[in-house]
Amino acid sequence: MAILTSSIARKVAMALSGLFLVIFLAQHFIINLTSVIDPETFNSLSHFMGHNFFVQFLAQPLLIFGVIFHFIMGFVLEIRNRGARSIKYQSFKGNENSTWASRNMIISGAVILAFLGLHFYDFWFPEIVHKYIESHPIDETRYYTELLQKFESPIRTALYSLSFVLLALHLWHGFSSSFQSMGWNNKYSKALQGFTKFYAIFIPLGFVFIAIYLHLNQ
Amino acid sequence: MSILDSKIPKGPLADKWTKHKNDVNLVNPANKRNIDVIVVGTGLAGGSAAATLAELGYNVKTFCYQDSPRRAHSIAAQGGINAAKNYQGDGDSNYRLFYDTVKGGDYRSREANVYRLAEVSANIIDQCVAQGVPFAREYGGMLDNRSFGGVLVSRTFYAKGQTGQQLLLGAYSAMNRQINRGKIIPYNRHEMLDLVIVDGKARGIIARDLVSGEIERHSAHAVVIASGGYGNVFFLSTNAMGSNATAAWKVHKRGAYFANPCYTQIHPTCIPVSGEHQSKLTLMSESLRNDGRIWVPKKKEDAIAIREGKKKAKDLSEEERDYYLERRYPSFGNLVPRDVASRAAKERCDAGFGVNKTGQAVFLDFASAIERYGKEQAAMHGNYNPSKEEITKLGKEVIENKYGNLFQMYEKIVDENPYESPMMIYPAVHYTMGGIWVDYNLQSTIPGCYVTGEANFSDHGANRLGASALMQGLADGYFVLPYTIGDYLSKDIKTGKIPTDSKEFVEAENKVREQLEKLLNNKGTHSVDHFHKKLGHIMWDKCGMARNAKDLASAMTEIRALREEFWRDVKVPGDMNEMNPELEKAMRVADFLELGELFAKDALHRNESCGGHFREEYQTEEGEALRDDENFMYVAAWEYTGDPATEILHKEELKYENIEVKSRSYK
Amino acid sequence: MKLTLKIWRQKNNKAKGELKTYPIDGIEGDMSFLEMLDVLNEELINKGDEPVVFDHDCREGICGSCSLQINGEPHGPDRLVTTCQLHMRMFKDGDTITIEPFRANAFPVIKDLMVDRSSFERIQQAGGYVSVNTSGNTIDANAIPVNKQDADDSFNAATCIGCGACVAACKNASAMLFTAAKVSQFALLPQGKVEATERVLNMVAQMDKEGFGNCTNTGACEIECPKGISLENIARMNREYLSASLKG
Repeated sequence: MAILTSSIARKVAMALSGLFLVIFLAQHFIINLTSVIDPETFNSLSHFMGHNFFVQFLAQPLLIFGVIFHFIMGFVLEIRNRGARSIKYQSFKGNENSTWASRNMIISGAVILAFLGLHFYDFWFPEIVHKYIESHPIDETRYYTELLQKFESPIRTALYSLSFVLLALHLWHGFSSSFQSMGWNNKYSKALQGFTKFYAIFIPLGFVFIAIYLHLNQ
Repeated sequence: MSILDSKIPKGPLADKWTKHKNDVNLVNPANKRNIDVIVVGTGLAGGSAAATLAELGYNVKTFCYQDSPRRAHSIAAQGGINAAKNYQGDGDSNYRLFYDTVKGGDYRSREANVYRLAEVSANIIDQCVAQGVPFAREYGGMLDNRSFGGVLVSRTFYAKGQTGQQLLLGAYSAMNRQINRGKIIPYNRHEMLDLVIVDGKARGIIARDLVSGEIERHSAHAVVIASGGYGNVFFLSTNAMGSNATAAWKVHKRGAYFANPCYTQIHPTCIPVSGEHQSKLTLMSESLRNDGRIWVPKKKEDAIAIREGKKKAKDLSEEERDYYLERRYPSFGNLVPRDVASRAAKERCDAGFGVNKTGQAVFLDFASAIERYGKEQAAMHGNYNPSKEEITKLGKEVIENKYGNLFQMYEKIVDENPYESPMMIYPAVHYTMGGIWVDYNLQSTIPGCYVTGEANFSDHGANRLGASALMQGLADGYFVLPYTIGDYLSKDIKTGKIPTDSKEFVEAENKVREQLEKLLNNKGTHSVDHFHKKLGHIMWDKCGMARNAKDLASAMTEIRALREEFWRDVKVPGDMNEMNPELEKAMRVADFLELGELFAKDALHRNESCGGHFREEYQTEEGEALRDDENFMYVAAWEYTGDPATEILHKEELKYENIEVKSRSYK
Repeated sequence: MKLTLKIWRQKNNKAKGELKTYPIDGIEGDMSFLEMLDVLNEELINKGDEPVVFDHDCREGICGSCSLQINGEPHGPDRLVTTCQLHMRMFKDGDTITIEPFRANAFPVIKDLMVDRSSFERIQQAGGYVSVNTSGNTIDANAIPVNKQDADDSFNAATCIGCGACVAACKNASAMLFTAAKVSQFALLPQGKVEATERVLNMVAQMDKEGFGNCTNTGACEIECPKGISLENIARMNREYLSASLKG
């Protein structure tokens, strides 16, 4: 049982769930990218994801569990960590020894969580309603149009873009940090860290690009 | 005949310890459970003793004023620890280590003790490695050695410049194992303020909990004092701010003789004093003398120009430099023993060749070592014609590897890069060879009161060689005391717990309480530091590196007057029942003010120069120390009388049967 | 140099503390930070006030006694030094310096700037040792060759002075760097391998019990550590802990 309650085990759990989400993010990004390159591919991939049994009833619940676990554990740890210093410093210069991103994962995380709410509201709930509640006939070409409609609003596009900036910050610290948490810090770490930093910038930037591209190509 | 019985076992020197171990009484493991031992001080000597005694099964209580045993000042030892392992195959042996140590101590230490020290030295290294002490290693995975002052072999084991820290962490880890088993109860942030004697035997201590201010009684069947040296009597020294003589001095006042108080080691390589505000001095490890060359300018004009900042060390050519140690002592050169190196620096500075603002510093130069190592490295890499820059770069890397942390420390303190310009160094008080008189069993003249490490006097004579203090502390604690104390405790198996409500405990506690109250209620005008600094000045000026009868006599008078002024005029703020560092300091300085006078008295009576004790009246024509073996080949053990000035001298004659007593030469 | 000091004053563990302002003059660049406080204390004593209490001992950067959060950083703005080795030349005339104790629930304040770090001792007592008797009857020191890199890494971990700067710097008041250094020191040596499993489990359990926060890899500890203990040690401890947990 100790393994579940110990500080290190929790840290590793954060790392593992985070890494899982990082992989999911890459997959999500690749599918989205096709919307810019070839709407037809996008439609067929979206249809596959929406109707494949494995994706819908195994991967999707696992993903949702991963997200919920990651953020609940994140909040639990944050509360615990704040509690470890009840009397705060009157002067604390965190900037001198650490990055803003590393100290404020809870803020970037909370923004991402809020964004997820919006994202679910925009896509996931309508999709579930469409497929399982209202039982519309299957239309393999509807996805791209629906997507385009969503990015008509400049406010939504801006909100999405802002969230991705915070996602970048979250990944900037979180991705490389997950390896340290799992005990992976050796001579290859530097190269790996380079990759994680690249990933942290490139993927969210790509999402922003897609959002703006769709907004401009109405 | 003297009343001091050193209890040295009979028989040939090399067999004494083994025979003695076979002869002493043992305590049955089941009985050890019923015996309590108090250990005061948790440095190498105390920590190792506590761990070993607890392992044997005794109930141990440790006391230290620091917040953790691991902060005892042994931690600051930099250079290394000697052991006659002969891993380098350079002809080392127990006898050679014994010989070097006795000679280094200027023939003022006890032969049998030193031989035992040499004999167990190899065990210390085995023990520490088994505990996980990360000594420096060579690429083959074997232990590395370096050389230290006063010897011609490489027998010093080290862990970069932090050997003391690593050894102490080793001893502390052994303690931790016993604390975890419940066999040691650590009383940290506690200070011993008196020894309690019941029926002529040491049976406990009075200690103050420094956090709550509470005064506590602790009883035991034996008390081990391992509280270190009294170098802080000089105010400025390389000792920690809290290092004090109180435990040892209280024991002395309760009847233990104090031996050779005037034997003080002035370490040659310390960072010079920078101003009046200075609170302590920082040592640069003696190991630096392996590679650094010590010099001052040959011409006074150059020295003056350097002092005034008009010239830099680098501006002086080889011909304009006086490598005075290499000049005076060609065979040992920069690696002469500490007392010799210190005096030589003082001689040059007194003659007007000092190189810092105050004229109290000499250069320690690494330029030739950088060049030598650079060339070696280049050759190792197949570069037989390296440029000057390449040599310097490679050489600096080697130096950084060996002494990186010391160089960094120097730069932080002095704000000068020692890779570029030579370090400036000057001697400073470092270690006290004198201490509580103990017999071969490390027992003082009070039965049941044992004294180990720097707090006793036994192994270093009048001068300690580098890397010997760590060796002695651990030897006493791991390998000597645990045997010898058993002999004493074997008579106590039926005694049962010592009660703390006896009149002796009450009396001792009341005395401590009175003293504390007197200090707090004094409401004088000057802080404790004010008096401590004044005492330091007297000690350094009159009982320092060079002493004479006139100054020593006046030092005694001045210290006495200062002591009276202290008790009249000291101001200690705060209360007794709280954390009160000023009160702690006041108690310690009160003891230094007594010890200082005895120090001067001892130095005055010793009409000879030997080791760290240099009397100006007794020197050769070349300015070397001149011993008087006929009249002073004895240990001076002082008996407390109530007043330092009237303490009674007891002599333990020293006999050298296995070593030829010669005048010490490092030429 | 003239300075304004804002110092945390707190009578004892139970009392409420506050920052108090003290002007100070005549400070020289060659003074260490603690010598500057000595000057202040001498003034306070002469005025009849209570001097500021702070931990210090060796004043050469090795005992780990001194602490102090200076202007929001443990051991002040300089790197790789303890407060006793921090020199006043790091500050300018007219500066205001805020001095607070190291803060963590696991480091309760004793008085003013002095804190109780015995939680660190208990972590070490939980397993920071090799169970070998100090009899001296061990095998020859050179009988087990140790790879130089391992010996050096172990040494580097062992240079930890247990000052608590890692905890003080960490936004979570986590003691992972300290514990990791103590675990690594033994984990890297053949002598320490035998008890590696219980050691890391017990020490981490004790660390958690003391109420330190969790590590979130901000790396502040490594930057502020006066001995430059590397984050690699934390990774090593995580690794050791995982494999120990799996072994059971």
